[in-house]
Amino acid sequence: QCNAGKLISSSSTHGLCSAFPFPFSHQMKVKVLSRNPDDYVRETKLDIQRVPRNYDPTLHPFEVSREYTRALNATKLERVFAKPFLASLDGHRDGVNCMAKHTKSLSTLLSGSCDGQVKVWNLTKRECVRTLQAHEGFVRGMVVRSCGTSFFTVGDDKTIKHWKMEAPGYGEEEEPLNTILGKTVFTGLDHHQKDAVFATCGQQVDIWDERRSSPIRSFTWGVDSFSAVRFNPVETELLASCASDRSIVLYDMRESAPLKKVIMTMRSNTLCWNPMEAYYFTCSNEDYNLYTYDMRYLDQPVTVHMDHVSAVLDVDYSPTGKEFVSASFDKTIRIFPKDGGHSREVYHTKRMQHVICIKWSADNKYILSGSDEMNIRLWKANAAEKLGVLAPRERQATNYSQKLKEKFQHHPQIRRIAHHRHLPKSLYHQTKELRVMKEARRKKYVNVRKHSRPGSVPLLSEKEKHVVTVVK
Amino acid sequence: MASLGGEALTVTHVEKKKKQPPARYWEDPPQQAGNGDNNRGTDGEQAGRQTEQQTPKAKKRKENEDRGDGNKFLSGKADRFPGPAPIPEDRLQKFKRKEKMKKPRRQHYKLKDMIARSEENSEMSQIQAARLDLLLPEDAGFLEGDEGEDTCTISQEDIAESVDITSKTKYFDLKLSQFGPYRVDYSQTGRQVLLGGRRGHIACIDWQSKQLTCEINVMESVNDVKWLHSEAMYAVAQKKWLHIYDSNGIELHCIRKFNDVLRMQFLPYHFLLATASATSFLQYLDVSVGKEVAAICTKTGRLDVMCQNPQNAVIHLGHANGTVTLWTPNQKEALVKMLCHHGAVRSVAVDKTGTYMVTSGMDKKLKVFDIRTFKPLKSYFLPAGASCLSLSQRGLLSAATGDIVQVYRDVWSTPVTKPYMAHRVQKTVWGTHFCPFEDVLGVGHGDGFTSMLIPGAGEPNIDGLDANPFRSAKQRQEWEVKALLEKVQPELISLNPTELGMVDRAASEIKHQDRVKALGFDPLAKVKFVPKYKKKGRSSSGNIEKRKRQVGHEDQRDDIRKTAEDRVKIEKERRQKEKKEAVLSSQKSALDRFRK
Repeated sequence: QCNAGKLISSSSTHGLCSAFPFPFSHQMKVKVLSRNPDDYVRETKLDIQRVPRNYDPTLHPFEVSREYTRALNATKLERVFAKPFLASLDGHRDGVNCMAKHTKSLSTLLSGSCDGQVKVWNLTKRECVRTLQAHEGFVRGMVVRSCGTSFFTVGDDKTIKHWKMEAPGYGEEEEPLNTILGKTVFTGLDHHQKDAVFATCGQQVDIWDERRSSPIRSFTWGVDSFSAVRFNPVETELLASCASDRSIVLYDMRESAPLKKVIMTMRSNTLCWNPMEAYYFTCSNEDYNLYTYDMRYLDQPVTVHMDHVSAVLDVDYSPTGKEFVSASFDKTIRIFPKDGGHSREVYHTKRMQHVICIKWSADNKYILSGSDEMNIRLWKANAAEKLGVLAPRERQATNYSQKLKEKFQHHPQIRRIAHHRHLPKSLYHQTKELRVMKEARRKKYVNVRKHSRPGSVPLLSEKEKHVVTVVK
Repeated sequence: MASLGGEALTVTHVEKKKKQPPARYWEDPPQQAGNGDNNRGTDGEQAGRQTEQQTPKAKKRKENEDRGDGNKFLSGKADRFPGPAPIPEDRLQKFKRKEKMKKPRRQHYKLKDMIARSEENSEMSQIQAARLDLLLPEDAGFLEGDEGEDTCTISQEDIAESVDITSKTKYFDLKLSQFGPYRVDYSQTGRQVLLGGRRGHIACIDWQSKQLTCEINVMESVNDVKWLHSEAMYAVAQKKWLHIYDSNGIELHCIRKFNDVLRMQFLPYHFLLATASATSFLQYLDVSVGKEVAAICTKTGRLDVMCQNPQNAVIHLGHANGTVTLWTPNQKEALVKMLCHHGAVRSVAVDKTGTYMVTSGMDKKLKVFDIRTFKPLKSYFLPAGASCLSLSQRGLLSAATGDIVQVYRDVWSTPVTKPYMAHRVQKTVWGTHFCPFEDVLGVGHGDGFTSMLIPGAGEPNIDGLDANPFRSAKQRQEWEVKALLEKVQPELISLNPTELGMVDRAASEIKHQDRVKALGFDPLAKVKFVPKYKKKGRSSSGNIEKRKRQVGHEDQRDDIRKTAEDRVKIEKERRQKEKKEAVLSSQKSALDRFRK
């Protein structure tokens, strides 16, 4: 039972204000807030809602705490949505040894395997469009010509083959446009940015003209073999190579002798130039690290990138030059910022074995990895990114949360969530073990320093430790 | 001077030439000068400037001026208001977040760059916000009397007569003499008013359309009523327990953890309901999850004076001994205790910016404090004393003295002698509340409820993404989800709400202490030397002591050795010096023999 009183509205009052006698009408000025609802409410249902704004800070208290809460939520959601693995391209009958990006088509990828087969993939359909038996033994290197109409392969059978990009017509035989028979095994290959010139490496670094069957120039520096050669994307006549005597050698194509080399403590496997700041290059090393060098000052690396727990096999830059991705023998892929010492992301799956080759797609969105167990995997470069077309409001919200995450990234709670990655047990323990080993080594060094004559044992920074010497 | 002559030559050349090619914007302004007073003036200026042209700096300045002049109009006229429109300093100040940062001392290039860029951004946003302020659609209300007439003598009827019809309906009385006196609370948007009669009558009214949303009688005494985050729910502090009802009057919860509640405050961004009870407990209820966040025994007796600081969500409690204490859910002790009055505190209110606190006490005084410095600013004496203080969004203060409601203006900036407005209601006032975003003051009293018109009380411009009185059901739903998502955790309540955005410059000692606490041991602690146990009698206690002595004070040995060496060195030097002096003094002159 509701025993409520009756509500009586009385706008006409009776002698309430007898305390203030004023019988006359006033000449006062008065204005009272009176809003017309038409100014604040949409006219028809088809319109969007009107949202008047007032940015007065006193109307929006707790802005820092609320932004922090938003940033925390955004960070959590990022981890929730982090699903980087997109697809696996299977078809190879042996481990994938090398890959090449198409220079003109985003959706085309070429891959060469350890049984000499080359496959051309359509990435949008995620299927193989062409298969050819290019070599006997490994396909060691592959590169697409700058025009995108043909590509080169080198293999263990001491040949360089030049192939057309188009598949042969019905009834035609799969034949290379040109085959060059070399004297030794080739281990790597790269093409000039514009000219009809390419470089191979093996026992020495050779520069070839496409129209000739013998190298126009050969570089050697001591007896060694080379594992990779790469042209500089901006200073197009420059090239760098990794040699098995633990050195990285720089060449100028126009000169007859190499420019200079840096010798490190361990061998580098591959290197990649930064496409935007082309005086920087990053090499993947056998000592589990990657090193970014400035080619002008080789005496110590600009940055040492650590995190892998086994030899790093391949590296590729993003087209923006801000990040690079590395493939390692420890069965993981890591993404590093170009100037950061530690990776921002690690990708792994249960089935992926030693990752041999890696590529960052030219639209900066995907990463492709080729691994030992015959598969090519397609990953997102940003694990939590939504693929497909974004609505404007969606994009705005993404940008806003991105900025918030950046703003509050150093707060301990947010950093903890953003940095947490699940690692396979073995990898986790290996990381821990490496840390212990490193700490022990450091301790030992400190003790050695303490007990030797002052000045006789120098204090070495991490950058200085790995360079033996620079030779010009 | 040579350049001046050259300029003069060109001027004559131009003036001789009658026919001109049509003006082009890419041409230099002197060449396209036509005839007329205006142009002659500019030529003169040009000549004047030419003389100034001595240093490269002056040249650069001149170039800048030229660009600023906007001489490049086709018509040849100069822009009379060059550059962006100026913004008043006070308006810029309104949007200022913090002072400029000090530049880092050493060569932190990246940091310097980041700081410079973020400062640029914040300055730009400040300017943009200040510019947008100009475009706000509504102006605040005001009331001005005749010459020599006090605004406090103007009656509500007169105001209601002279304003528009819609506003006129906002002045009304509800005669509810049966269940009073009434407590009043407006919802966040100001659309709904909640009345709680002392004898159990609860009513929610859409007060603008005068529609009754729900009306119940809880058959129990009611101490206080409060809207929760939206118009769908409200809390009622009843005789024994705290109850939560929905907008249809259905009881949703009876919370038996909260007993004898006298006053309540709702913290909208934290979704916390703070209650003060007769048993001197201050309790916080998280209404989004229904959990008690904190229960603090204030040990100060009956708590019937309470308000919140809307800027930092700190709860202010007034006590019978004349103190006002400040509380957060994170601390069992009061943050601040202020002695404000001789005698009990009757009422407390904090303004929207969180800068001023107004208190009234049994000593019949009304005081204004600056709660950033905790210092008294103003003190007024009211013969009848004031209760039920309430501050509006634009800083008007309402105070009730018996059955008269007085509204004051600018209590903290200027010494006030007369009220801005006054109004007498039928019986003693029990609760007042300014309606947000409206020029309306709700007064609950012994005989019902009065809605008064107070011009200039409410914030004229609403923000559609926060509390929007015109929002639709859909918008309300969306707002609710968003608000819940960004619910601020109670741990973040502190006196300074921007503390979270600052750099924590904890001393290395404190950092070390934290590390020790986290690890459970001190990583930098020295390990005590334990001599190895040796056989064949070599670990006799004497031997052990001897070995211990060998490593004793090892860390200090270097220093001791060094100081000892230094001392020896100094001593040696001193001796050599003395020797030298002695040798010098031994070379006696012939006249020395006359010395005594």
